[in-house]
Amino acid sequence: MENRQQRKERLDRGIKVRTEGLYGIMSLRELSYLTLPRLVLIVGILILPLVMPSMYWQRVISIVCIYSLLALSFDFLAHFVGLVSLGGAFFIGTGGYLAAILNTSFGLPPVLTIPISTLLGAVICTVLLLPCLPLRGVYFAIVTLMYPLVLTRIIEALNVLGGTDGIMGVASFANRWIEQYFVLVMVLVSMFGLRRLVNLDIGLVFRAVKDNDQAVKASGMNITYYKAIAVFIASAMGCLGGACLVHIYMWSGISQFALDFSILPIAATVIGGAGTLVGPVLGCFILVPISELLRAFGTLRIVFYCLILVGFIVFRSEGIMVYGQRKYHQFERWVEI
Amino acid sequence: MNDQPILEVQEATKSFGGIMAVNRVSLDVRGGEILGIIGPNGSGKTTLINCITGFIRMTSGKVLFRGRNITGKPAHKIADMGITRTFQIMRPYYSLPSYKNLVIPLFSPRARRTGGWRGGGKLGDRDTVGIDILEEIGFERDSFVPYKMASTLPTGYLKRLELARCLALKPEIIFCDEVFSGLSMSEIASMIPLIERLQMDGITLIMIEHRLRELFRVANRVMVLNFGEKVVEGSPEEVMADDKVKEVYFGSEEVEEVMSHA
Repeated sequence: MENRQQRKERLDRGIKVRTEGLYGIMSLRELSYLTLPRLVLIVGILILPLVMPSMYWQRVISIVCIYSLLALSFDFLAHFVGLVSLGGAFFIGTGGYLAAILNTSFGLPPVLTIPISTLLGAVICTVLLLPCLPLRGVYFAIVTLMYPLVLTRIIEALNVLGGTDGIMGVASFANRWIEQYFVLVMVLVSMFGLRRLVNLDIGLVFRAVKDNDQAVKASGMNITYYKAIAVFIASAMGCLGGACLVHIYMWSGISQFALDFSILPIAATVIGGAGTLVGPVLGCFILVPISELLRAFGTLRIVFYCLILVGFIVFRSEGIMVYGQRKYHQFERWVEI
Repeated sequence: MNDQPILEVQEATKSFGGIMAVNRVSLDVRGGEILGIIGPNGSGKTTLINCITGFIRMTSGKVLFRGRNITGKPAHKIADMGITRTFQIMRPYYSLPSYKNLVIPLFSPRARRTGGWRGGGKLGDRDTVGIDILEEIGFERDSFVPYKMASTLPTGYLKRLELARCLALKPEIIFCDEVFSGLSMSEIASMIPLIERLQMDGITLIMIEHRLRELFRVANRVMVLNFGEKVVEGSPEEVMADDKVKEVYFGSEEVEEVMSHA
């Protein structure tokens, strides 16, 4: 018997090629090939609060959205700008405390505290992170990890901003529907907005900074400036999440600087598919509810959680979205070599 | 070509620890000329370019551009003035198609200021302008090459892409770091008219090369570096005839061949 060797060949589906460019609006089939996945995602996300069985699970959806915002900001910074951020906790804490202060000390309603703390928080985060932006390498990750730890200790030691008790009596959203739909719409807006952004000319500059910052410098552009813009965008999303979280819990405390907010979005990005922007959101919609379901196992829940993560990393390291997109756009077949 | 030097370098020195990578090298370039810089490996040619274009800080020395002191300015400011460079190790943006690679320099403040690329200023479509520049530099517009991912391009196209990135900035000076190396003879033959055209457009070129025969065809003046020091400077014929240059390149076949033709 001769030794027959085969390899797997991947080819684009005909419909994928047909729907590139103007021909996408050729027929209903092409149109639905393009729009259906997005439609399913948008409608699916928007009807979630309606199908949730209990108040408890509706609250979980809100928390999922806040993690999704963080995961989006991580994915954007890591895979489109080349800055690995562990700053989820930093952004959440900054936005959250700002919203709590604005609400309890200045008496502003959530309608005002959320946009103000989003923008102000993003400015504060960007300014604090500015010193490490000209550097390449791990410094950005280290500094973003350090700030929440430092701020926690400062709040503890100096007993400012409510100390270990936190700031209580923060106003809540008008009702739970507004709360849920606000965060859900914010996730959708950020997701599609970021995807638009990374394909704009300025988005190409961000991606170029990731690919090769020397060439961007040689093109006469200040890379620190563009990194700062990117950090501003990402931290605005994090601070928005923090402000919402505070109004949902009606309380702001040092647990908002907890490392969960830095680590879980990264895990969600790994599971969902890095660099797809949709993937991290899906990752959050899988991971956070799983961790809630696993509460029944008590302390063993971390073990199961880790097993799921390890399983994903070993068997589907590319992530759900990358895998899904490949299956959607391409078919595979075995060919003789 | 006028006599006023466009770029003047006075006693540029760069030391890495105890090693003098560039040792008191002075040069001046007149507008519109092609200056060749040659020298054996490790003689400090690329370090000199890195110093002038601000990618590394000079230990001492001065760089004047049109009489203005630009020593120690950051690389992006120097590029913004129109002093551009290519990289010896080609660095395209691998995750983007070739023509999208040019959107980045076209987005820069200098390109937006100078505009002019057939309306490609503030409101122009940078994709179209990018394809125009690529066509000018030798990418066939109607082929699929400009639309291919930069990671799949062969060396010849990558070298051209590097030049295109400089051209998008409407440069006054281009430092070409070994644009001929790694190319086949026919690819070089097609590059030479391009270099000559750039000179005709009034762009000053400073070319680091190992391909002496091709360089001597286009260069107006040649400078020889060895161990970070300037050995000799002059017209290609003078340099070829110089005894010190023969010493520097002793044993190098190509030089002997070029010399014997001279």
